[in-house]
Amino acid sequence: MGTNTHFPDPSVVKEELIQKYPAKVAKKRAKSIIVNDPQIIPEVQANVRTVPGIITQRGCSYAGCKGVVLGPTRDIVNIVHGPIGCSFYAWMTRRNQTRTESLTDANYIPYCFSTDMQEENVVFGGEKKLKQAIQEAYDLFHPKSIAIFSTCPVGLIGDDVHAASKEMREKFGDCNVFGFSCEGYRGVSQSAGHHIANNGVFKHMVGRDNTPSEGKFKLNLLGEYNIGGDAFEIERIFEKAGLTLISSFSGNSTIKQLENSHMADLNVIQCHRSINYMGDMMETKYGIPWMKVSFVGAESSAKSLRKIAEYFDDDELRAQVEAVIAEEMPKVKAVIDEILPRTTGKTAMLFVGGSRAHHYQDLFTELGMTTVAAGYEFAHRDDYEGRDVLPTIKIDADSKNIEELKVLPDPELYNPRKTDAELEALKEKGLEINGYSGMMQQMTKKSLVVDDLSHYESEKLIEIYKPDIFCAGIKEKYVVQKMGVPLKQLHSYDYGGPYTGFEGAVNFYKDIDRMVNNPVWKLIKAPWQKTGATNGKSKGLEASYVTQ
Amino acid sequence: MLLRHTSKEVKEREGLTINPAKTCQPIGAMYAALGIHGCLPHSHGSQGCCSYHRSTLTRHYKEPVMAATSSFTEGASVFGGQANLLAAIDTIFSVYEPDIIAVHSTCLSETIGDDLQQITRKAKDDGKIPEGKRVIFASTPSFIGSHVTGYANMVTGIAQQFAVSTGVKKNQINIIAGWMEPSDMREIKRLAKELGVNIVLFPDTSDVLDAPQTGKHEFYPKGGTTIPELESIGDSLHTIALGSISAEPAAIALEKKCKVPFETLEVPIGLTATDRFIMSLSEIGGVTVPDEITADRGRLVDVIADMEQYLYGKRVALFGDPDQLVPLTEFLLDLNMKPVQIVSGTPGQRFEKTMRDILDARSPETKFKNGIGADMFLLHQWMKNEPVDLLIGNTYGKYMARDEDVPFIRFGFPILDRIGHSYFPNVGYSGGLRLVEKILTALLDRQDRDALEEKFELVM
Ligand code: SF4
Ligand code: SF4
Repeated sequence: MGTNTHFPDPSVVKEELIQKYPAKVAKKRAKSIIVNDPQIIPEVQANVRTVPGIITQRGCSYAGCKGVVLGPTRDIVNIVHGPIGCSFYAWMTRRNQTRTESLTDANYIPYCFSTDMQEENVVFGGEKKLKQAIQEAYDLFHPKSIAIFSTCPVGLIGDDVHAASKEMREKFGDCNVFGFSCEGYRGVSQSAGHHIANNGVFKHMVGRDNTPSEGKFKLNLLGEYNIGGDAFEIERIFEKAGLTLISSFSGNSTIKQLENSHMADLNVIQCHRSINYMGDMMETKYGIPWMKVSFVGAESSAKSLRKIAEYFDDDELRAQVEAVIAEEMPKVKAVIDEILPRTTGKTAMLFVGGSRAHHYQDLFTELGMTTVAAGYEFAHRDDYEGRDVLPTIKIDADSKNIEELKVLPDPELYNPRKTDAELEALKEKGLEINGYSGMMQQMTKKSLVVDDLSHYESEKLIEIYKPDIFCAGIKEKYVVQKMGVPLKQLHSYDYGGPYTGFEGAVNFYKDIDRMVNNPVWKLIKAPWQKTGATNGKSKGLEASYVTQ
Repeated sequence: MLLRHTSKEVKEREGLTINPAKTCQPIGAMYAALGIHGCLPHSHGSQGCCSYHRSTLTRHYKEPVMAATSSFTEGASVFGGQANLLAAIDTIFSVYEPDIIAVHSTCLSETIGDDLQQITRKAKDDGKIPEGKRVIFASTPSFIGSHVTGYANMVTGIAQQFAVSTGVKKNQINIIAGWMEPSDMREIKRLAKELGVNIVLFPDTSDVLDAPQTGKHEFYPKGGTTIPELESIGDSLHTIALGSISAEPAAIALEKKCKVPFETLEVPIGLTATDRFIMSLSEIGGVTVPDEITADRGRLVDVIADMEQYLYGKRVALFGDPDQLVPLTEFLLDLNMKPVQIVSGTPGQRFEKTMRDILDARSPETKFKNGIGADMFLLHQWMKNEPVDLLIGNTYGKYMARDEDVPFIRFGFPILDRIGHSYFPNVGYSGGLRLVEKILTALLDRQDRDALEEKFELVM
């Protein structure tokens, strides 16, 4: 399997993927299935409505808002306003780890809060119950913040979660209550929820605490949600390098850190899709530039550290960063050198999320493996083709109803950290300042790029390419494994990780080696199912043992 | 402490549910629909619900869980979801070729007021349903009841929409499975076979959600009740509904439509509930109970008698779903244990009364609450006030168990962190044996862990 790189013509594959669809569906899907050419970077249809009934990986805007962006901050009480299910399913299932400083510090992540809407609330309105719930949460826990999340029925019955939040915020005085209109029908995927969450966090949290913090090189880490401890590893590296992390958005974060985050001098963005709005808004309002980085992969981590040092333009920092890399890399190398012979030449497919399908290709490259096909679940064209295409993206009806905040420079706090000329110079050096070049420039010619992959397409791709590993999420996990192909979950990491930084790279190498070389994949056929088996005919006894 | 903000002091709450002991209707409907052969469940609403339900079922079974969604966007939410459902039906039959699509609603489509009966009829009239294929539906709004209600509603939909009475009776008995695991359904079928009674079990998720690794993904696995079987339930002699909340509504619907008389029993968890099941099935089927079954029963009683000292008086907290909690409570009482704190998020006066009847007679001091306000936060507070020796419930219980340092047995839905429930039954005498083994292992492991050096026993 592994070394077989004689793949069919990708345009033939594309035809095969869509031929079974009804004509209209086939026409639509054809625009989202693209044969890559990194020189030209063809256009990919993305962030458009999913075809009903097609069996999609996607979830909803509420999942993107509450589940992804707000979920990881430990000291907010997140109340889901709606019937019970929406809150139940998002209850700890995303593995956002968090580490409090003491046992008395607030941590509400293990809790699930819901207004558990009943029929009478749907008929007569649920605001009264919501306010009651907020009051009860306040009385029980006295949190610093309570966030309210609207689910689908709430938007329809017209409950005003913002008014209810405001009323309770004013009533309490010492608890910041704010709401999110992140009903699951908004937008076309989780992506809408990210945007809504960015807006809310920006409006209600960022900038509330102007306390200057210690540290020479202060930065925020955006789009890192600490799944499996990813943020812990990046924190470790930052600390070693002498970088001061003001706040992460939002893995292992607290309200205080988010409220103080505008005091940083740089925003680095890990997951561009879910948090780029925040980068832009903070730049406009406070003058903090953002830079795309990736701490997925040992090489990428080293590169990202160097870029950060370059941004701060400080020789001491440069030296410190080099020292960290010099210390970490040999440990990584020792492991990869041992594993490489077993993984080289194998193939991978990644269909997941809005950034991981790109980032994790670096780790596969380090493993000597080729990514033959990849795509995102809820990304936009800029995540595929790079931000240069932003001006050409048409805003459709589904995106139009997601609020774009009008942001202006803050009269007091706006302070451009770099001049335009300095930023241009940094860009010249290859730093992705306020920019992202996307997934496709990195993928090989004739690899396949598929947005919002359907179940049907995934089975076809596996049949045709027989990849050595497939990366997706929990819904795909056992389907793909039933086909005899290991599936690495890149949302939950199969309950492993961390995969970021240097230690994370080592974890990933070992996990992939274990998965692609696991003897279990050779045990699927019973001995009697293999060729040459008896097929029910008696072989007769061999007499030789009698004479021995 | 993981749940470090849970205080001892219990205060009545009216608005806020914390750590629910239930979830929403559609996941139950999806699960039930997977128990029909060749069926693709379909969630009529925004795609988030479907994604969550599939994910949760997948984590529980570690198996493929295929289902489609109408993928509502804002337009559908305003103008109704008919166009989305019609398009979905077309796409599904072209691409995934199921025999049946089982549509359930969600909070969103219910709030909008989409009429599934009308839309599915329109699909038929428009020729979107190929010859010989079926689209069935159930209304499953989550602002009523719980996941158990959704299961019951889908099973009722199945009974209503498939059953036909030809006027000629068939020598068979319907068994309507209340919410139980594939392993339990397999065991029910085995018991009926051993008794020599001809049954149709529906739904039946065995050989669907416990499928073997073959190197091939069977989109429609071998298991599930078939269409001919489902069509024949109207001609059966009798129906046994296992579970008054999750199975009985279907039995009532079937009686109304095809005049098949029914009897409702508990899910046969534990000794006496299994006794009632075996008695009833043998009487209705007109068979004598074979010695093998009597011997299985005897083995369970034997173990209980042999190990009674370790069970006696142990205080148990439990949470879960009605049709499991009723027989489990009864079983714990048979084991001479004390189920002292019980919550279930599923509402219902019938359930409440059944529990109260059992408890008033045998354990009047037990705290029991169901429906609104009966959540795991409350149970945890009770545990803090009056400590227990054992906690039984779904995976979320592990946080309370760790905080209170109490032995914990995973039982119910969902179990996200262990395997076994799909393969080893809780029902029947062998299921009872498995439960007793689990209980004893949890209690004795704890005794071993905590024993003083001089009290550390070799033989127990
Ligand atoms: S909105 Fe969807 S996930 Fe939420 S409770 Fe209703 S059906 Fe369940
Ligand atoms: S009801 Fe809406 S918000 Fe809730 S899970 Fe479903 S799609 Fe998401």
